[in-house]
Amino acid sequence: MKTIKDLEEIRNRTLERINIRKEREGTRVVVGMATCGISAGARPVLKALVEEVNKRGLRDVIVSQTGCIGICEYEPVLEVYRPGEDKVTYVKMTPEKAVRVVAEHIVNGKVVTEYTIGSIKK
Amino acid sequence: MDIYRSHVLICAGSGCTSSGSDNVAGAFDRLLKEEGLEKEVKIVRTGCFGLCEMGPVVIVYPEGAFYSRVNEEDVEEIVKEHLLKGRIVKRLLYKESLDKDQIKSLDQVDFYKKQMRVALRNCGVIDPENIDEYIAMDGYKALAKVLTEMTPEQVIEEIKKSGLRCRGGAGFPTGMKWQFAYNSKDDKKYVCCNADEGDPGAFMDRSVLEGDPHSVLEAMAIAGYAIGSDQGYIYVRAEYPIAVKRLEIAIRQAREYGLLGKNILGTGFSFDIDLKIGAGAFVCGEETALLNSIEGGRGEPRPRPPFPAVKGLWQKPTLLNNVETYANICQIILKGADWFAGIGTERSKGTKVFALGGKINNTGLVEIPMGTPLRDVIYEIGGGCPNGKAFKAVQTGGPSGGCIPAEHIDIPIEFDTLVQIGSMMGSGGMIVMDEDNCMVDIAKFFLEFTCDESCGKCVPCRIGTKRMLEMLEKITQGKGEEEDIEKLEQLALNIKDSALCALGQTAPNPVLSTIRYFRDEYEAHIRDKKCPAGVCTALLQYVIDADKCKGCGICARNCPADCISGEKKSPYVIDQDKCIKCGTCMEKCPFDAISKK
Ligand SMILES: Cc1cc2nc3c(=O)[nH]c(=O)nc-3n(C[C@H](O)[C@H](O)[C@H](O)COP(=O)(O)O)c2cc1C
Repeated sequence: MKTIKDLEEIRNRTLERINIRKEREGTRVVVGMATCGISAGARPVLKALVEEVNKRGLRDVIVSQTGCIGICEYEPVLEVYRPGEDKVTYVKMTPEKAVRVVAEHIVNGKVVTEYTIGSIKK
Repeated sequence: MDIYRSHVLICAGSGCTSSGSDNVAGAFDRLLKEEGLEKEVKIVRTGCFGLCEMGPVVIVYPEGAFYSRVNEEDVEEIVKEHLLKGRIVKRLLYKESLDKDQIKSLDQVDFYKKQMRVALRNCGVIDPENIDEYIAMDGYKALAKVLTEMTPEQVIEEIKKSGLRCRGGAGFPTGMKWQFAYNSKDDKKYVCCNADEGDPGAFMDRSVLEGDPHSVLEAMAIAGYAIGSDQGYIYVRAEYPIAVKRLEIAIRQAREYGLLGKNILGTGFSFDIDLKIGAGAFVCGEETALLNSIEGGRGEPRPRPPFPAVKGLWQKPTLLNNVETYANICQIILKGADWFAGIGTERSKGTKVFALGGKINNTGLVEIPMGTPLRDVIYEIGGGCPNGKAFKAVQTGGPSGGCIPAEHIDIPIEFDTLVQIGSMMGSGGMIVMDEDNCMVDIAKFFLEFTCDESCGKCVPCRIGTKRMLEMLEKITQGKGEEEDIEKLEQLALNIKDSALCALGQTAPNPVLSTIRYFRDEYEAHIRDKKCPAGVCTALLQYVIDADKCKGCGICARNCPADCISGEKKSPYVIDQDKCIKCGTCMEKCPFDAISKK
């Protein structure tokens, strides 16, 4: 038999899982997943992002994917759209770098400048 | 707990299932495995999204991409492009959901914009076969609340205060009904749910049961607590196999979690629910016939009083409510009576679900706040009549209701205004008719239905409706006489006064309301022997326009009755005595020289 507390636990744990089905207005993180992105290793990056966002319980963050962003040599590419701010494009991502972007940029609002397309091109 | 980066919601309601959503879901399962995505993308089979016309419907989150009319062959493209590479397959998107290449959120789409989902809140959102997802959407929280924080009297008071009126047809105040059942003192009481849904063209209750079965179970348990009952029955027709299956799964899961059965949530309250499968007779939706049927007897009504709240199932006090009535209960408990009473109009609170069908572009399931103008439902949500035809009328209340003609299109949809203009809310069927529908023929259709479904127990219904039907047949065959309209009206009023149950008492309504608003059509059939809409075949003639006829002979060659003759290169003629009015000649004529008169 379940208690009211058990119900509450089931509720919270399941909500995290199905929260993705809501229309949200928060931050959007987009990974380039065209053939070029996938072959450069975009899939593990995407997975790491999804896991990190969920681990931290970031309910307002959408992790999504897009096609070729047009800068194939810099793949895997990750773009962060925060409401009211300019888009930031991160390039040559790895799962570890992606986790850092979540921690510093998405949670704390500080762009990880060294991974952005601007600093790499220089 | 597995975390997925994307959820693919596939409608597994009856509508989409019959347009092939099962195969679509199967193809997703298979292709996701082939691409190695099964750990990243979750497939969820949900209840009805409402837009049945565009089924099978698939929504992909987090993007919220709304794909419509997806078939098995399309799945590969969605998997390879969207799920693998993140490129939304624009070709398959519901066209209304695209705005300058941006996906609009669903509540911005015309079909959904004016809707408000209370009873259908979880349909198309959760997996109805997974109790955890229902719990996540605050499921069983209302039950926990009443069991731990409210007395039965307070629950009843809350329902009364909300102003909820019963959704099964009559619009009786739900709280009063609960009060009557509470007042009857007995050692055993029952809570029943009417899921018979016999109104032709209606599928509101089915969609709730298929998409959110736990919302009904939870509400019945709350009702059990309120009136003092420990046993519930859901009476559902066997023609609803998906609903029956989901209910069975839901009851099993609720029992496993101890949310049905003994000592629920450790509070000492016990309540269980069993299913009773009906054979699908319309009369079994009538409350006393339904009770007879649950008891194992014939589905025939009993005289009232005594009302079920006093002597119902096995002569014990019984509360009977409709599926949609129950689907509103938990929200009222959680959000409060004032919240609910804030939706709708003075005398009709909350929302109402309608099954929109007939001559309408967006066939489907809609839920609107009470008081929404009919115009919004027909034109904005429904998208108007197909092929630019003119809207003529809408039938509400099914075979017990009446038609609302185009002149009343601006009325607000609420219980009392509909009754004032000779129709009724009914359970929520809405059948739209356009200029090509003959109203006498429509009245005949509904009367044929009630005649067929009459249980035969009382004379007015068994014989009276039959006599009315014979008169309508006479009229549609061009044999009507001047006094037939008065005779119909007279008999209709007699039946309304004397039939045993509401099936008979309401059976004449479609005839009375079509006479009220479309008397001229009846008169055209009777006096001029013409069917203005061109539907009643006995009153039609196919004629060849001698000026347009080129004498090619195609009509004569295609006529199955061999009744067209003529010389090549000169006008042909149709022998009206032999013509069977199949319309083949008109279809085949390359010069549009044949018309229906
Ligand atoms: C012929 C006939 C058929 C009916 N069919 C249904 C039905 O299919 N579903 C339903 O809920 N109520 C139906 N009703 C109304 C029921 O008798 C009853 O009023 C209703 O189920 C009570 O639920 P409510 O109080 O929640 O509206 C029907 C009534 C008649 C006379």
